[in-house]
Amino acid sequence: MRFDSLLDSVGHTPLVGLPRLSPSADVRLWAKLEDRNPTGSVKDRAALAMVIDAERKGVLSPGVTLLEPTSGNTGISLAMVAKQRGYQLVCVMPENTSAERAQLLAIWGARVIYSPAAGGSNEAVRVAKELAVKNPDWVMLYQYGNPANALAHYENTGPELLADLPSITHFVAGLGTTGTLMGVGRFFREHKPGVAIVAAEPRYGELVYGLRNLDEGFIPELYDETLLTTRFSVGPSDAVRRTRELLELEGIFAGVSTGAILHAALGIAAKAVAAGESADIAFIVCDGGWKYLSTGIYQGTLDQAEDALDGQLWA
Amino acid sequence: MSIEVRIPTILRPYTSGEKLVTAEGPTLEAVIKNLDVNHPGIGERVLDENGLRRFINIYVNDEDVRFLDGLATTIAENDSITILPAVAGG
Repeated sequence: MRFDSLLDSVGHTPLVGLPRLSPSADVRLWAKLEDRNPTGSVKDRAALAMVIDAERKGVLSPGVTLLEPTSGNTGISLAMVAKQRGYQLVCVMPENTSAERAQLLAIWGARVIYSPAAGGSNEAVRVAKELAVKNPDWVMLYQYGNPANALAHYENTGPELLADLPSITHFVAGLGTTGTLMGVGRFFREHKPGVAIVAAEPRYGELVYGLRNLDEGFIPELYDETLLTTRFSVGPSDAVRRTRELLELEGIFAGVSTGAILHAALGIAAKAVAAGESADIAFIVCDGGWKYLSTGIYQGTLDQAEDALDGQLWA
Repeated sequence: MSIEVRIPTILRPYTSGEKLVTAEGPTLEAVIKNLDVNHPGIGERVLDENGLRRFINIYVNDEDVRFLDGLATTIAENDSITILPAVAGG
């Protein structure tokens, strides 16, 4: 495949079958390898779409500073896109994220401002919103509320899935900004309404839920509950176990959030088997495992891995 | 029949700091009412006049009850209930 530039190569990711993890010939799992994007994560799609959308609207002048709250992947994607297009980037990132994320952001030329660990991404969003007020010349694309994020998946991820797997019955992805699920969900509602849209939501350690009061809770502006069929909460133990199974049985080296998604996908697969139904379940491999090596989760016992992730924003 | 309910940090002042408490009831709503009998005040932090509060998520066996039957969700022996505040991912 040939492209005019790196940015032109975003998307068009492979969909691969999982012959060993699929429970039967009638109930099959399919992994969409979003780690094959230029910076190695699904977030390249949203980052590129948000920047192009802002350019079209005339919001971005050359050399302008972009600002974004991110737990890592969106920041890394934006840093790459910003560098290609001639913008600066400031990321607000919770301090309880893996070391590799900060290193990668620095490599692509982004500046990182840390937000407190307690409160997780909620705090990053709050700090970024404060910075946006103080720096009116900065542009916050704001992945949690920017329709271009979901639109990237409506226009690309969804159609790619349907073209590669016309028999798709379920789509499973992680619930972060909700952009992937909202975009793909809307696409299937319009083009193949029977497809179940399933969210896997990471359940972090307690530190991340350390809100001072319940009014500080956060629901992304993009979120539309009616597009989802169901939503599962997946803890770190199941996420790590599935991440290792994916590596061991199918040879796919993925990050921990993918393990959480696979856990939900396998739950659905088991239900389909029990009900005697056939199913083609596609799920998102959000990123590769490289950025999580320092956490130590690929080695040792599951308990050790779970301890290593405690208090970390692992998805 | 007693059901285990996981309590988030922010609601533990109502449970004397306990992370895991037990409650009883055939539905989620009954379980929350029973929870409030033993831990007065917790009910109104979880529910308001419209039902489940906006920034509260409750999971029965890890599935979000908003996609089950909401407060009418049937609760059976050995089910687990987790209460969490809604936080940002990404």
